[in-house]
This record gives sequence, structure tokens and C-alpha cells, in this order.
Amino acid sequence: MANVISDETIEYVGILAKLELSGEEKEQAKADMGRMLDYIDKLGELDTSQAEPMSHVFGVRNVFRDDVVTNGDMCEDMLKNAPGEKNGMFIAPRTFE
Amino acid sequence: MKKQYETVIGLEVHVELATKTKIFCACSTAFGGAPNTHTCPVCTGMPGTLPVLNKQVLEYAVAVGLAMNCEITRYCKFDRKNYFYPDNPQNYQISQLYLPICRNGYVEIETEEGKKKVGIHEIHMEEDAGKLIHDEWEGCSLVDYNRSGVPLIEIVSEPDMRDAKEVIAYLEKLRMMIQYLGASDCKLQEGSMRADVNLSVREVGTEAFGTRTEMKNLNSFRAISRAIEGERERQIELLEAGNAVIQETRRWDDAKGESYAMRSKEDAQDYRYFPDPDLPPIEVDESWLEEMKAKQPEFREGKMKRYKEEYDIPEYDIEIITASKCMADLFEETVKLCGQPKKVSNWLMVETLRLLKERGMEPEDIRFSPSNLAKLIRLADEKVINSSVAKEVFEAMFDNDMDPEKYVEEKGLKTVCDEGALKKAVEEVIAANPKSVEDYRNGKEKAIGFLVGQTMKAMKGKADPGKVNEMLRGML
Ligand SMILES: [Zn+2]
Repeated sequence: MANVISDETIEYVGILAKLELSGEEKEQAKADMGRMLDYIDKLGELDTSQAEPMSHVFGVRNVFRDDVVTNGDMCEDMLKNAPGEKNGMFIAPRTFE
Repeated sequence: MKKQYETVIGLEVHVELATKTKIFCACSTAFGGAPNTHTCPVCTGMPGTLPVLNKQVLEYAVAVGLAMNCEITRYCKFDRKNYFYPDNPQNYQISQLYLPICRNGYVEIETEEGKKKVGIHEIHMEEDAGKLIHDEWEGCSLVDYNRSGVPLIEIVSEPDMRDAKEVIAYLEKLRMMIQYLGASDCKLQEGSMRADVNLSVREVGTEAFGTRTEMKNLNSFRAISRAIEGERERQIELLEAGNAVIQETRRWDDAKGESYAMRSKEDAQDYRYFPDPDLPPIEVDESWLEEMKAKQPEFREGKMKRYKEEYDIPEYDIEIITASKCMADLFEETVKLCGQPKKVSNWLMVETLRLLKERGMEPEDIRFSPSNLAKLIRLADEKVINSSVAKEVFEAMFDNDMDPEKYVEEKGLKTVCDEGALKKAVEEVIAANPKSVEDYRNGKEKAIGFLVGQTMKAMKGKADPGKVNEMLRGML
């Protein structure tokens, strides 16, 4: 394995992903991520200097909508998607500023 | 000798656009709806939904860019900015990183040393987040997604400003241009314009920038000025003590007059931007750009020039009236109705400004209509009411935008034209004030003023003072 993930990196990625990993899980994730990076590194073997980066599969351009309100009050339906509801609002885990 | 420091400031300004619908769905952007009544699967980030760009958002962004002398990006895309926070239901914000719609512009501001250009690095389009309410009772957060997906543009300046005055001048200039375009009302207090301040200090004469901090939560020009002063002092103190400034985001607490660092382990960010595959790229072709350019409104500079040519009013009045798009519109429309630029300008410059100041209002908050102001001017012109009654009527109109003709009728404020009644009042005043009458006859001009005042009082203010004066002189 050419790519070695450091303890700091796995710690940082854990924070970004809001995951708490056990020591064992961290080792497993380090190995998995190293293998993923190795796989991606294959791309580096190709000469891509002449290739345009691709962001969209279809050649569609300029898809617009007119500025007209056509949605009504769908509050009740939208709240059915909420993990919990109070006073017409979605309940989310406690968050701090 | 003590070291001299220079402050280097750049701004990131978010402006909420005045569209009817959100940026990627047909939900209303209206304020004041009950929580989540302006939401749909798109703006609550449900899987499988497809965002479609509101064309008006693009048009406003291009119009602002053109006004700020920017290059318009002919091939432009949206990117996803990934982060986890409950106000952002998709777990990414749709924004623009790689190909923002406008780049490399500038605006000109007035400083004590004359005109100065502040560079615009870029302007990009993005969506606003929902609103979080912290529920202390249940120990959870509640989310209202009515603001989620409301269109914003972010205007990023170059670090070209050197003190709070320049920053305020820059913000006022942006606000005025955007209001002229009708792209936003730009109210800091209400959050339709938000400014984040990037600030660093360096020793005078050095080329390299110091380490900068970013200040958030600035809700007024006053808070911005104080935060700039405070942050400059804080950074200089750190450097003088031999410490380093840490690059961080700080939150301004205006009540305490100080800031504190927001960054913590939990806030660690890595946005992993990538192009949004759901939104096809935008291509701005030459003919469309020309069309957009042709649609640009007349800005302040153009208006000032035209007013000078078209209306016989003082330059100072022109400056004040054109400083606000609302005021300029009100002026032009009223003049169109009554054809008296000087009188319209007087009502705006004196009574309107006085009442705005007294009520703590901005010109954008003016409620009375051009047609009512035109009616009032006509009433005063035709001497249906005298000037002090006109002021009284104006104040009522300023507060409630009622029809001055009806108001004058209902309240019985018309000047009394009945010669007999006036003559009777004058006779009574002459009889009751022999001392003043004698003074006047002995050449004391001042005495006539007192007698006019007494007559006006007897007429309950509803007489024409000029006529009273004339009649008094005749009878003495
Ligand atoms: Zn929606």
C-alpha cells in the first residue's frame, strides 16, 4: 500500500464526518482509505493534460425557471419528512453557535 | 519610536435578492409566513429532487456585476459546498467556487483624499440557509426552512480598504447601486444585507499582508465601525506583545463591544467543493449580454446630471434626493403630476427629512404616494390652505398616506375666504390691542407681526397670513 493515512488525518476526517470511531475502527478505516487512495492514484499514471475536466454528463445548457410562485403551503406534507416536529418546525439535534 | 500600523480590510457582503421565488424552486420568498409554510421537497433537501435555476436570480447577479464594472463569466457553473448543520438540509449549500458569475470589477467611493477604487474580486450566486431556534426546554433545536433556498449574491471585495470610514462608504455605495437596480432593499438590520469583515494589520511601509481574521454578526454600520476599531486594537496589542495573530473567525458582540473566536474543533471545516451535477452550466452569449446591458437603469451619476439639466433646483438638493432611489422616484413621479420641481424638492428636503429623522426611518420606509404629495402642493398653491396648515396636513400624510383633499375637507382646515368674517376678526384685534396699534402708528414695524398673529389665532389658523397683513395695514 503506497498511501499511509496518519492518526491525525483519521482523527480530522472523523470530526468532519461527525463520527466517533473506536481504536479498532480507526485502524480499519485507515487501511480502507489507504487502499482507496491507491486505487485513485491509477489515474495519475494517465496523461490527462489534454482532457477537459468533466462535470456534466449531458450537453444541456441554460435550464431556467421563471420567477413565478407556483408552490403553495405544503407545511403538513413537509413535516412528515421530519424526524420529529414541534410548533410546525423540524426537530434537530441540539446545535450550538 | 512607536511602530505605526496600517489596517487592511476586505469585505464579503451577502445580499438577499428581491425575487418572488427561491433560487431553485417555486416557493415564495415572502417574509412573515408561519414556519415551513414556504417549503417544498427541493428546499428541504429531499433526495431525488431536482433544483432548477430562477432566471431572475441570474439576471440580478449579472446586473449587479455590470454596475460594478465586472467581467461576466460566459461559461459558469454551480458547486456544492459540503457541511453538516441542521439549517442546511441537503448537507451542502449550492454556491459557486470555480466559475463565479462576475469577476474583476470595482466600485468608486468618496474618501477624504478624493475618489478611490475598491476592487471587486468576484460576485457569486448561492442559496440561504434555514433558521434555527434553540429550544432550551426540550434541549433540542427547531428548524424553519422558509429562508432555505432564498437567493443570495455574495460580493467579495479586494483588500483595498484602510479604515472604517472607507468600509462604510463602500457599503453605502453597494447599497445604493443595488437599490437603484431594484435587486434588493439591502437592509442591514433585517438581514437582507450582511457584511463579514476580513481584517489584518501591518507595519506602515511593508508590502506583505499580516494574518487576517474574519468578523461576523455585524448588524449595523455602527457595529461595523466599532468592530473594525476593536479588532485593529486587538491585533496590534498581540503583535506589540510579541504574539502572533491567529487566522480565525470571530463573532462580534455589539452589546459587550468585543469579539470572540468561533473556531473550535467541532467547527473544523473542509468544504470539499465540487461541481453540482444537478444544475446544467450557464452560457451567457453576446446578444444576451448586450440585452442585459441595455436594460441597466439610470444610476445616481446619470440622474444627477439629468436633474441639473431638467430641473431648476439646488445642487445640494440633487445630491440628497438622488442618494436614495426611493426618494428620487418619489421626486420624479410627483414632479410629473404637479410640474413644480422646486416645491417638490422643498417638501422632500425640509419636512420629509425632518420627519424621517424624528421617526428614525430610512427613505425606503416612506409611505405617502406621489399623487398625495402633488395634491397637497396644489392645495397650498391655490391657497386653499395656508403654509402652517399644509405642514400639519403633510405630517398626517407622512404617517398615514391619506388623501390631503379629503383630510382638509373632513377636518375643516380650509382657509376662510369669507371677507366679512376676516374683517370682523381684524376689527376685534385692533380694538383689543390699542398699545400695539399705537406702536405701529409710531413706526414700529414689529407690531404688525403681533397683530397678524393675534388675528390668525382668532381665525384658528385658517386664514391667509398675507391677506390678514394686507387688511390690517389697510385698516390702520
Ligand atoms: Zn421550495
